[in-house]
Amino acid sequence: MADSISETKKYLIFKLGNEEYGIDIHKITTIIEKDMNIARVPKTPLFLKGVINLRGEIIPIMSLRIRFGQSEDIFTEDSRIVIVKFDEISVGLIVDAVIEVLELDEEATESISNIAGDISLDYITGVGKANGRIITLLNLDKLVTLNEE
Amino acid sequence: MDMSQYLEIFIEETREHLQSLNQCLLKMEKNPEDNSMLNEVFRVAHTLKGMSGTMGFTRMSRLTHDMEDVLHALRSNEIKVSPKLIDILFKCLDALDSYTTMVVETGSEGTEEYLQIIQALASVIKGEPHDEIVTTVSAEPVKSGNDSAVETLSLNQYDLNVINKAADLGNNTYQITIKLNKGCVLKSARSFIIFKTLERHSEIIKSQPKVEDIEDEKFDFEFTVVVISKEGEEVFNKDLNSISEVDEIIIKLIEAKRQVVAQTVSDAASTGTVKTIVQEENTVSTEADVTQVKTDTGVKKAKTGKTVRVDIDRLDVLLNLVSELIIQKTRLEGLEGINKTQDYVETIEYLERITTNLHDAVMKVRMVPVETVFNRFPRMIRDISKDLGKEVLLTMSGEETELDRTVIDEIGDPLIHLLRNSVDHGIESTESRKSLGKDEAGNIALRAYQDGNNVVIEVEDDGEGINVDKVKKKAIEKGLVNKDMAANLTKKDIIDFLFRPSFSTMDKVTDLSGRGVGLDVVKTKIEALGGVVEVETELGKGSKFFIRLPLTLAIIQALLVMVGNEKYAIQLSSIQKIMNITPEEIKLVQKQEVVLYRNTVIPIVRLDKVLEVPKEDVQPKLLTLVIVKRGDRLTGFVVDKILGQQEIVQKSLGKFLSGIKLITSATILGDGNVALIIDVNSLAH
Repeated sequence: MADSISETKKYLIFKLGNEEYGIDIHKITTIIEKDMNIARVPKTPLFLKGVINLRGEIIPIMSLRIRFGQSEDIFTEDSRIVIVKFDEISVGLIVDAVIEVLELDEEATESISNIAGDISLDYITGVGKANGRIITLLNLDKLVTLNEE
Repeated sequence: MDMSQYLEIFIEETREHLQSLNQCLLKMEKNPEDNSMLNEVFRVAHTLKGMSGTMGFTRMSRLTHDMEDVLHALRSNEIKVSPKLIDILFKCLDALDSYTTMVVETGSEGTEEYLQIIQALASVIKGEPHDEIVTTVSAEPVKSGNDSAVETLSLNQYDLNVINKAADLGNNTYQITIKLNKGCVLKSARSFIIFKTLERHSEIIKSQPKVEDIEDEKFDFEFTVVVISKEGEEVFNKDLNSISEVDEIIIKLIEAKRQVVAQTVSDAASTGTVKTIVQEENTVSTEADVTQVKTDTGVKKAKTGKTVRVDIDRLDVLLNLVSELIIQKTRLEGLEGINKTQDYVETIEYLERITTNLHDAVMKVRMVPVETVFNRFPRMIRDISKDLGKEVLLTMSGEETELDRTVIDEIGDPLIHLLRNSVDHGIESTESRKSLGKDEAGNIALRAYQDGNNVVIEVEDDGEGINVDKVKKKAIEKGLVNKDMAANLTKKDIIDFLFRPSFSTMDKVTDLSGRGVGLDVVKTKIEALGGVVEVETELGKGSKFFIRLPLTLAIIQALLVMVGNEKYAIQLSSIQKIMNITPEEIKLVQKQEVVLYRNTVIPIVRLDKVLEVPKEDVQPKLLTLVIVKRGDRLTGFVVDKILGQQEIVQKSLGKFLSGIKLITSATILGDGNVALIIDVNSLAH
């Protein structure tokens, strides 16, 4: 039992377009369902949509679609803002839909270098496989940065 | 044992003790003859030794021990205060300070032994043949009491009266000491049972430790109570023995005894019937006992100050909650579509009063006297002036002036810069002061006072002042300004050059200053705090630096404006005037849009362009211009609409957005939406 725990990790699985992505569940603070008023912050990259007031805290909001070079977000019933926190940084990520929490053990995840030798994709830690689904696992530290356009 | 919970207290108290040692030593240095400081120094050093010993910091404890030896020798007049001695003691403090820093950073004191200092301390005492001092010192304090296993509780006059009264009524008084089994888990529960048992036959009049402490399990496995009962000893013995986890019961009969009896001198007045079954050993009230009680309470009073240490984070949480409350109140006020009855209005008004008072109270809690920053300066000035071979007198005033904790934490460095500047650049050498007919010792004054919603801190010296011509020459040399323009500059403009990065008029670089990284840092830091730096100077007479700081950073008055469809806040204190202009009034000077305002040309900034606000390009007939002041320069911001003035709570944008420009922070409006606060300094550049 103890062995299997050390090898599996829980991920929050969400959707962007037709692709499924996963984030380490420990880094997720909360998920917001309703559409929030986002205040635009000038002189920031396009993917930074602005900031919101989350229970008195100012939280920057990022569009993952724009970050990944996809089309602008369209808010639907399924749209969510996933608030993540790491290294004292809180950021909200706009996603098309949150699907489930999935446990993936290490054997089911593959390092990205096996698939593509492209280093520019350093915000991807690997790819998880579950029942024939392919899930891109994201590395928040690299993903959430202002320096990269 | 896990000490980590005490570590913070240890660090904080050590810092305080070191600070007070510093102050005392400075005073001792000034008046070597005055021995009054010595006792204080000795006491603090001793406390430090004890504290570090308890925490297991043996090196710290060793160093303080050796310090104590020297201090003891001083106190018993075996050695005299000398500058060299004071220097060594200061070095000790520095060493202790770096130990403390190590503790803060790593949780352990590190391995540095500071053998040199310890040797120096030893050599100070040497030459004097009093080697025994070393041993006597450590043995001297904390002696008295703790001899007998079962002490007689000290009873105060009130207790004695009760006992006497009880004796009159034919009751016995017992002192019962109960030792619980060391394996007892729920000590408080067990004690509760014991108390209940005792109360069946008796009345408990005193307990040691106090009942509350026993309830909180703040005792080892033993406590003592004094009870009054008609029953005999054996009843208690039987009852208490039936309770499990009780190891030992010691019951002593306390004899009621009037104070008058035999030896005691005073109290002839209490002539009541003296019922005595006198038993010499167990007498409760002798003179000595009474006085001991008195001194005990005296010490306690001194210890329990009326202050509480609170983690600053907790205060931040509190302030945040209050801010939230204010926001919700504002929201409630603005709610539409409800019937605003008299009751509703009154309730809202009352709520408003409460929130305002609450806010004031919380802000007050966060206020810290500038003393906490100031008190390290005398030592610093002393060290610097010694290094430079100058004589400097530092006078401080207004140390009690209070500022928000967030500001206090930040102003230390700028002040250090200014003070160093004053000693290094300002104050002349002793010889040149003599030849100029000034006092040999240079004077530096550090003052703090409140001025409206600001706190002003002044650093004034009576040194040589700033040579404006020299600054001008340097500015031209550096290409900051050309010769023709320089001729038209005011004194103030020229002095402003000093605040430019890497600008120094010093011909040689010293350890302290002259690298030109001083004043611009000061300026940046103070401006980041929402403050201003100003200078007054007169050649040959000295200079005076003013730092003007807002009382608090968290809550400010702001003007809310619309730019396109977005709301922005501008700090009210920087706004000079709001006016309307026609587009025709805007002129172009070197591609820069300007307007004429009170006969001066001021540049204008179109906020929609700079902030890249998406909006249609329509030219209105009238433009709204918000004129802001930055230092002594004016700039006009073109906005679309003025929404009004509001008290807003500044909220950080967080670490992720910490690097962005044009915006300082954000605030939450009454409707729950976010408005960004414009950085006037960077926009008006």
